[in-house]
Amino acid sequence: MNTEFFAAWIEEITSAVRAGRDHLTELDAAIGDADHGTNLDRGFTAVGEALAAAPPGTPGALLVLTGTTLIRKVGGASGPLYGTAFREMGKAFGEATEISPAELSAGVDAALAGVRRLGSAAEGDKTMVDALAPAAAALSRAVRDGLKPEEALEAAATAAAEGARATVPLQARKGRASYLGPRSVGHEDPGAASTALVFGALRAAASR
Amino acid sequence: MKKLINGAGSLVSDALRGMAAAHPSLRVDLENAVVFRAEGPRPGKVGLVSGGGSGHEPLHAGFVGHGMLDAACPGEVFTSPVPDQLVEATKGVDGGAGVLHIVKNYTGDVLNFEMAAELSGDEGVEVATVLVNDDVAVRDSLYTAGRRGTGATLFVEKIAGALAETGAPLAEVARVAREVNERSRSFGVALTPCTVPAAGKPTFELGETEIELGIGIHGEPGRARAAMGEAREIARIAVDAIADDLPPSGETLVMLNGMGGTPLIELYVVFAEVEAYLREKGATVVRSLVGNYVTSLDMQGFMVTTCALTGELTRLWDAPVETPALRWGR
Repeated sequence: MNTEFFAAWIEEITSAVRAGRDHLTELDAAIGDADHGTNLDRGFTAVGEALAAAPPGTPGALLVLTGTTLIRKVGGASGPLYGTAFREMGKAFGEATEISPAELSAGVDAALAGVRRLGSAAEGDKTMVDALAPAAAALSRAVRDGLKPEEALEAAATAAAEGARATVPLQARKGRASYLGPRSVGHEDPGAASTALVFGALRAAASR
Repeated sequence: MKKLINGAGSLVSDALRGMAAAHPSLRVDLENAVVFRAEGPRPGKVGLVSGGGSGHEPLHAGFVGHGMLDAACPGEVFTSPVPDQLVEATKGVDGGAGVLHIVKNYTGDVLNFEMAAELSGDEGVEVATVLVNDDVAVRDSLYTAGRRGTGATLFVEKIAGALAETGAPLAEVARVAREVNERSRSFGVALTPCTVPAAGKPTFELGETEIELGIGIHGEPGRARAAMGEAREIARIAVDAIADDLPPSGETLVMLNGMGGTPLIELYVVFAEVEAYLREKGATVVRSLVGNYVTSLDMQGFMVTTCALTGELTRLWDAPVETPALRWGR
């Protein structure tokens, strides 16, 4: 997976976020403050502009620029959290120009660690971690089992989507939904839902 | 949805242009979305920076001026500002005595301010942070993101701002800011939800005869739903929620804050009940503020915020203030 692959990933995320914008915002209206879709759409539009203005030469540089732009443009909790995820992944890739599935898996692990550190959320708190952690685990299992890259990305996307759906019965313990207490039960977490879009976009980039 | 906007995308910048045109005492940096005092930093004075999502006007930009904030950073509606913006504000108000960040306790605000404090530190500005978390509706803070920052933000900005104006050092200004927060409690009630322009529809649904208890200031639903009743009953629910957490006593500052869409006449009706009920519970309301100060767009409803005063806090509350939304004594 080279720089073009990761650029394609970001493009796929951008279109998935645009298409899912109203849905994400509706999920957020139920248990948060009705801006998640709008914010991510604004953020990834800015990422597209930043990448076009100064196209990075390596996957690592591309993801670091993506993350930095999200931190600078999105605001809210999702800006720093998604921004940190992409930056940590990019930093884990270093100067490499070609990323193996094992390196991708290590990058997703680094993203997860960064998000956990910043948001102090654990699995089951009804946050983006509930989609990101299963995706990271599925990817690492797929690499260990020697699956083909497309299969590994498929497994990660499926795990993220299942993880997001599994947030529906949970009670939120972090983020704005936590203020609702038991009333947060019965709704999908918008951050987990957008994380599922991000991994769905990774699968889409691989099948381009 | 009917809103007086040119477009949801330009809402914040269009409003900032309006503030700039209306208030020559402010310098509005449109590119970075920062509202400064026109006269710039005063050497030796601690700078006060606050910020948060837009939609709470006049908080925070309406409180920039003598005796209160030095700069405010409005984010998108209900979305915290970004670190770049906060760093611009922090550097822009530093008069060499350091800068106090006044942060409402919401995950997004906390994360973005933390990043900004770190970046400002790298650039040589000393930053102290006070977290405002006065909202008693959020209990059980081990299992939540913690109590939200709401009405007490205004008290912290006013009182810390007054102390900063005297030339007090950063540690002192931060201490008084934390003391105000610790002595303050809030509880809010909504009669209607609000409509975020970019979303185009109300943030939650509330029946004709229902009210939402324990709301925050971002149009999020609250702790419980109840039946609409008389102002007296609803006022008592709010005061009881506060009293359960911090029994009222002694000289008290009370803000009866409108959420943006409530007629002032109704706020006065509620204030009369709040004042009488607090007196019944043994507190004396010696300072008060009634009006729309910490709002939630077009939401109808109110929030009661109390602060148990000390001699020092009363003096600082009474000190002159001159901002677009709060002014006396000057």
